[in-house]
Amino acid sequence: MTAPAATSLAPGATLREAALLRRAEIEARYPTIFAVNWTRRAETIGVLAAVLVVYVFGLATLDISWSAVFSGVGRLGQFAVLMFPPSFGTTAKLSLYMWSLAQTLAIAFLGTLLAALFALPFGFLAARNVIPNIFAHFVVRRALDTVRAVDTLIWALIWINVVGLGPFAGILAIMTSDFGAFGKLFSEAIEATDSRGVEGVVSTGGGHLQAVRFGLLPQALPVFLSQILYFFESNTRSATIIGIVGAGGIGASLYEEIEQNEWPRVAFLILMILVAVAIIDMISTRLRVAIIGGRTS
Amino acid sequence: MASAIHRLPDAQAAVLTRSYQAQVAARRRQAYLGAAVLIALIYLAAYVGEVSPVKFFANLGNFTDYIGRLFHLDSGASVFTDVSEWFWGVTQKSKWLPLLGQTLMIAYVGTITGAVGAFFWSFLAAQNLVRSKWLRVFARRFLEFCRTVPELVFALIFVVAFHLGPLPGILALAIHTTGALGKLFAEVVENIDMKPVEGLVSTGGSWVQMVRFAVLPQILSNFISYTLLRFEINVRSAGIMGFVGAGGIGQELLVSVRKFYYSDVSAILLLLIGTVMVIDLLTERLRHSLIGQEVGA
Repeated sequence: MTAPAATSLAPGATLREAALLRRAEIEARYPTIFAVNWTRRAETIGVLAAVLVVYVFGLATLDISWSAVFSGVGRLGQFAVLMFPPSFGTTAKLSLYMWSLAQTLAIAFLGTLLAALFALPFGFLAARNVIPNIFAHFVVRRALDTVRAVDTLIWALIWINVVGLGPFAGILAIMTSDFGAFGKLFSEAIEATDSRGVEGVVSTGGGHLQAVRFGLLPQALPVFLSQILYFFESNTRSATIIGIVGAGGIGASLYEEIEQNEWPRVAFLILMILVAVAIIDMISTRLRVAIIGGRTS
Repeated sequence: MASAIHRLPDAQAAVLTRSYQAQVAARRRQAYLGAAVLIALIYLAAYVGEVSPVKFFANLGNFTDYIGRLFHLDSGASVFTDVSEWFWGVTQKSKWLPLLGQTLMIAYVGTITGAVGAFFWSFLAAQNLVRSKWLRVFARRFLEFCRTVPELVFALIFVVAFHLGPLPGILALAIHTTGALGKLFAEVVENIDMKPVEGLVSTGGSWVQMVRFAVLPQILSNFISYTLLRFEINVRSAGIMGFVGAGGIGQELLVSVRKFYYSDVSAILLLLIGTVMVIDLLTERLRHSLIGQEVGA
């Protein structure tokens, strides 16, 4: 085989340049690698085009105009300038904000806890390895799905009708919407447990209940706790907004200040939320590592 | 014959027993302490959250009553006797389905916009592709901000800036999606096999070429799968954007709840739940076929 142009390379030329000079030869030698897979390419382009067409169609039907976007961004810029420096105004406002933040945390905490408590029995009912009855399994799962499909904010609206405005409605709202999610997650955690623990208990003459208590629960509990902590984190975020519909917490203040164009206060409230969420995240990450790490090590 | 069980001398056994009992006692003390802290926290949260079991049980009848009323028409007849009257917003007036379509489109456009944003930000936030620490830290903090501030808070602010309508809803969803997906995408990028990257860099490929030919093929299916999951979540969120005037069917739902149009509430909720479930099923199918393709390839 004749040595190609590579030999006449100028000093300092890169491997890439050398390869590019011999491109025709390389292509001839590895036809499969250089061949264009037309069906695949058409598929990719087709999917991209479809996504884009629906996107443009969406923009058109929703009546989105560039001028609206630009003028809005301009106003948003003004708000951002007005937000600095963030401030709470009077000390009376500050204590109100602090109290609402405490309420927000209380809503997230109790809501998550109650949801987990009520979901526990349903988690067992929906688990195939505890209740082998396919019908019960199916019914419980679908019921949990339905509860889960309704947003926290909608549950808040419903509970306000029952217990009135205030944080209690918020607690109940978070409890109901997370009840569905917990039930599903718990049942999956239970189904994922190792069956040998249960078999061991049964082989020594334990009953069904004892098998669940000593064979199943020790395996599933750390998973449950870690999920509960994770939901507590995400619920501190949800609890900041349910005040918008009147179910307590910092959302009510936020709504009010935005409506009245009090941008420094809005910025202050958002900062408060960010700090609170960061602290909760930190604590719950620590706890989670303590729970899970303690088991595996 | 001597017993097969080897017995420790009494003195040694006593020491071991004592140490075991001490350990058990310590663990028990820890558990009691944890329980005490938990109970104290529950009491504190219940006080702050204005929990009142009395009010709850006194009004629990309202809840069942409310749920019952949801399934009765204004005339007092059960909704199931006249389904076309129940879903009058669909059958008699073309009102709810267009709003539902708007909700879906808000979710779609918001998801795609956010996913494109997340796509670019994730490369900047990935440790293995970006040398500059400052750029990376900035990208990470930005994504964190986007996902920590609840989307409804963004929507509230955007409604003031962009006026009522679907645009603020889309933007709020897009920003939240950028934050949530950006983090996941960055994690996917950080977990890729670095050998193709080294190969491309060693032959003199630019940063963009490296991303296109070495990184993209490894991450694309994961990115699409995460985006589909996010779309599911965003359909739920878009349902409530109307609560703050950011478009979709939420506004209609809020008005029905506030004005006690009971059968409308249940009809709209069922439409929403049905849509969410259909979308869940479809995206699950898509995701599975995507994963199947990957395994087959």
